[in-house]
Amino acid sequence: MDTMRERFATVASRLLDDDPRLAVVLAEIGVDGFRAAMDRHPDRVLNVGIREQLLVGVGGGLALTGMRPILHTFASFLVERPFEQVKLDFGHQGVGGVLVSAGGSYDWPAGGFTHMAPGDVALMDTLDGWTVHVPGHPDEAEALLRHAAAAGDDKVYVRLSLQTNEAARAVDGRRFLTVREGRAGTVVAVGPMLDGVLAATEGLDVTVLYATTVRPFDGAALRAAAGAADAADVVLVEPYLTGTSAAAAGEALQDTPHRVLGLGVRREELRRYGDMAAHLAAQGLDAASLRGRIAGFFGG
Amino acid sequence: MTDVMSDLMRERGGYVPLSYDRFPYLMGLMTGDEKHDPAATSTLDALWVLYDRVLRVSPETTDAPDRDRFLLSKGHGPMAYYAVLAAKGFFPVEWLPGFGGYDSPLGHHPDRRLVPGVEIGSGSLGHGLPLAVGTTLGLRAQGLTGAAVWVLIGDAELDEGSNHEAIAYAGPAGLDRLHTVVLDNGSASYPRDGGIAARFEAAGWSTRTVDGRDHDALYAAYTAPHPGRPHAVVARVEPKEA
Repeated sequence: MDTMRERFATVASRLLDDDPRLAVVLAEIGVDGFRAAMDRHPDRVLNVGIREQLLVGVGGGLALTGMRPILHTFASFLVERPFEQVKLDFGHQGVGGVLVSAGGSYDWPAGGFTHMAPGDVALMDTLDGWTVHVPGHPDEAEALLRHAAAAGDDKVYVRLSLQTNEAARAVDGRRFLTVREGRAGTVVAVGPMLDGVLAATEGLDVTVLYATTVRPFDGAALRAAAGAADAADVVLVEPYLTGTSAAAAGEALQDTPHRVLGLGVRREELRRYGDMAAHLAAQGLDAASLRGRIAGFFGG
Repeated sequence: MTDVMSDLMRERGGYVPLSYDRFPYLMGLMTGDEKHDPAATSTLDALWVLYDRVLRVSPETTDAPDRDRFLLSKGHGPMAYYAVLAAKGFFPVEWLPGFGGYDSPLGHHPDRRLVPGVEIGSGSLGHGLPLAVGTTLGLRAQGLTGAAVWVLIGDAELDEGSNHEAIAYAGPAGLDRLHTVVLDNGSASYPRDGGIAARFEAAGWSTRTVDGRDHDALYAAYTAPHPGRPHAVVARVEPKEA
């Protein structure tokens, strides 16, 4: 199976052939996947060098002329470093585009903290009107990328990762999916956290919702699941900063007494290398840790 | 409404452009941002010559895909910009006295969503030149190579590193539809004689340095041929502190 990022290059290259409004902008990272597309569309596959403020500014400028830019680099350099460009060159100018990140929170643990962006979705959450997709499988990444490219002048952030689930689900770019139903509470598994959550909740009487589009947050699905359970007790399992969606969950449940536990990547810098499995365990996000934390919260 | 403004509106008949000698009056209509007065008047002549003699854009073509674009990156002290746009009929002169008011579309930094003819919202320095690079690339990708893209930045604004990302890319990329006016009123704390033009030249841009108050010199610099290269015009005016 290809990675989400490889799929991105394949799919975006095809979309460029079909839609003259699209342009891909890169800052050296990811250029190899677009060599053929660059030959076919030299004016619409642009590499601006290692210049991330320019990457985002160019995206905004392309959009001002009516094009739909797709920008790609690691999350740290796409969202965090040029954050004011994201805020102003898209949001304040009132134009749209698609930001596609790689690297996520712990995709390259041996690369260290400079290449980790656990705060990316929380940062995007400070801005108005961004759709945020977090696919959990390369096939889902393809579906959500196609959705994002075709989403008019919407502002869309797509968070790709090397962490994936075994099987793809039929995601629609809007709604949470109900993967398992139970009475004791509700667990929302975001993107690549699903397999770990399913393993962790095996034998527990809980509903598992699968979220690949986290903004806008599908409050209706959460309300329905929480309302069908014995208590509106909700655990959010996110592959980025702990509690990123806690406010959205609280808002969805504001008319019901509820409890929310956010599980995700801690704020403290781990300052360790190694591999993804070791980092998931250290963050308490591997299946065994999740089971203890989830069961404890539900009183099991 | 003042008698003078009524006269102006009659004189304009709605769409008749105003002449350069009306600017003291137009600028005087805007109050409340005196801190940025020097910044506002420094750009007046550079903007007037652009809008009067160079840019192919009018109130009727503000949405035309092949119009020339002017991006005011140095959004501080936009009074001269507003005055020029009003004089050219992009919006009514009677908007000017509302400058900075809650119900006015004219803020102390311009907003493209509020003001006809304004191509970008600016204020935070260092955004205009990267946006102009993207605009140039977007027009090229759509075959709209007749349209010129202009951006105005300040000499102190050039401190922002984002400009240097744009300058260093645009030269080697050969973006010859891109034009930058650097309004040099000696605002930068760490200037170097000739340093502004040198930075553009090092990146392969064509450059001209002129008296930013001399209309004919500005026009000549703006229209100098620059095949295959982006073009920078350094317009020097009296220092801000003078």
